[in-house]
Amino acid sequence: MIRFDNVCKRYPATGDALQNVNFHLAPGAMAFLTGHSGAGKSTVLKLVTLVERTTRGQLFLDGENLSRTPNRRVPMVRRKIGMIFQNHRLLCDRTVFDNVALPLVIAGYRHQDIGRRVRAALDKVGLLGKERALPLTLSGGEQQRVGIARAVVNKPPLLLADEPTGNLDPDLSRDIMHLFEQFNQVGVTVLIASHDLDLISRLPYPQLRLDHGKLVNGGPLAQ
Amino acid sequence: MKLPGFLHNWLTRHAQVSLNSLGRLYRSPFASLMTAAVIGIALALPSGLYLLTGNLQRLSTQWDGNTNLSLFLQHSVNAGEARALREKVAAWPEIDSVRLITPEQALEEFRELSGFGETLDALDENPLPAVLAVKPSAEHADAEAAAALLEKLDALPEVELAQLDLQWVKRFNAIVDIVRRAIWVMAALLGLAVLLIIGNTIRLEIQSRREEIEITKLIGATNAFIRRPFLYSGFWYGISGAVLAGVLVELAFVQLHGPVRQLAGLYESGFRLQTLSLPDVFLLLACGATLGLLGAWLAVGRHLADIEPGY
Repeated sequence: MIRFDNVCKRYPATGDALQNVNFHLAPGAMAFLTGHSGAGKSTVLKLVTLVERTTRGQLFLDGENLSRTPNRRVPMVRRKIGMIFQNHRLLCDRTVFDNVALPLVIAGYRHQDIGRRVRAALDKVGLLGKERALPLTLSGGEQQRVGIARAVVNKPPLLLADEPTGNLDPDLSRDIMHLFEQFNQVGVTVLIASHDLDLISRLPYPQLRLDHGKLVNGGPLAQ
Repeated sequence: MKLPGFLHNWLTRHAQVSLNSLGRLYRSPFASLMTAAVIGIALALPSGLYLLTGNLQRLSTQWDGNTNLSLFLQHSVNAGEARALREKVAAWPEIDSVRLITPEQALEEFRELSGFGETLDALDENPLPAVLAVKPSAEHADAEAAAALLEKLDALPEVELAQLDLQWVKRFNAIVDIVRRAIWVMAALLGLAVLLIIGNTIRLEIQSRREEIEITKLIGATNAFIRRPFLYSGFWYGISGAVLAGVLVELAFVQLHGPVRQLAGLYESGFRLQTLSLPDVFLLLACGATLGLLGAWLAVGRHLADIEPGY
């Protein structure tokens, strides 16, 4: 699903963020991306979502060489990815329903389909009764669930999460991880950047550990 | 009628975005009204002045309508020849009617009006020529056609002098023409101002919705999708400004209506001020909408590219 082939990323201001990173995340797999802050976790996610471009090397997503993707195709690539952020990044002036519906509206779904799919996604994350609520009236854990519902509502083949449990207490974090496992079980590829080593070491998924921009322990995913 | 699915879908989406943009303006009524008012005033100035000069031109063509040409015939032309000439000229298509004033009639009239009766009796012979009073037909009553007709009549051998007192109408029209041109220049400048106002308003809107733009880009929105609500905002600003301009112009003309009618009454003319016609209203709305869309387009093109998501 994701293949990094000797990928380097250099920022003009701060120098090398990634050096010769190689790994392959197969379709339907689930893995964690770990490392201290500044190790390059965010850079990996930014390259996959085409927020940034590789400096050298090749990066494949679902068979497509992202190093060669023209700018006008970037939105289409992003629609294959459900993105979950540490600070949720919800639209605070819109209801939970409208937030979750956004990817469907962008993709041009029909009105009737949107209502059905949004309710299905909210049901999966256990927020079916909160459709009309505004995000700021919800707790941190609930807001993160809204973010997850938004990420999965158009059934993307890949879920990327950037520190999804960063602001949550251990119980809530476990619930969120359990949600990701459920999506993985129905075939969604999941990659979660996290430094919550305590939590992820207890889960049976491979870890990609970055240190100063180098992949130091790719486990079974390294090539 | 059943529309094909994709078209129906597309129309629904546009209607939704359009209404959303309108709703956004409605939710901050004071700021929206201020912007619309500035646009309205900027559009009202040239349209009002243009309407006013249009009325002046209409007024001058009314005067043209009363145009009479006077043909002073040669002294050698006798009464029979004068009558024949009258018949001949009256048959021209440019002519509505011709009245013959014989030297005797002219003298009589002069005697009555001037009070020089006895002095005139002292003259051996009538010094006045026969005159044909020519009234051009309606299509040939405007200044240009009347001037051409004058030339043609002046060329007749029996005519000593053909006179048309339209010189001042011509000058008046020339002045109105210059004023109209000046109004076009002013309209262009004010149109540019409207463009900048809308552009700036949309720029501020883009800045205040920066976070939203980043998020929607991250979850796969195309530039067209992001552009759309801002273009509709510009459109609505332009339309509401144009509506306001129309109202302002109508109000100003209502103020002028009474005095103008009074003045026209003094000149025994039925002249009425003409206000915005239906095509004028459409033109005004179209101008507003176009300027709004264009201003928004410029702002969006300039500032949307700057916003790339990061996290």
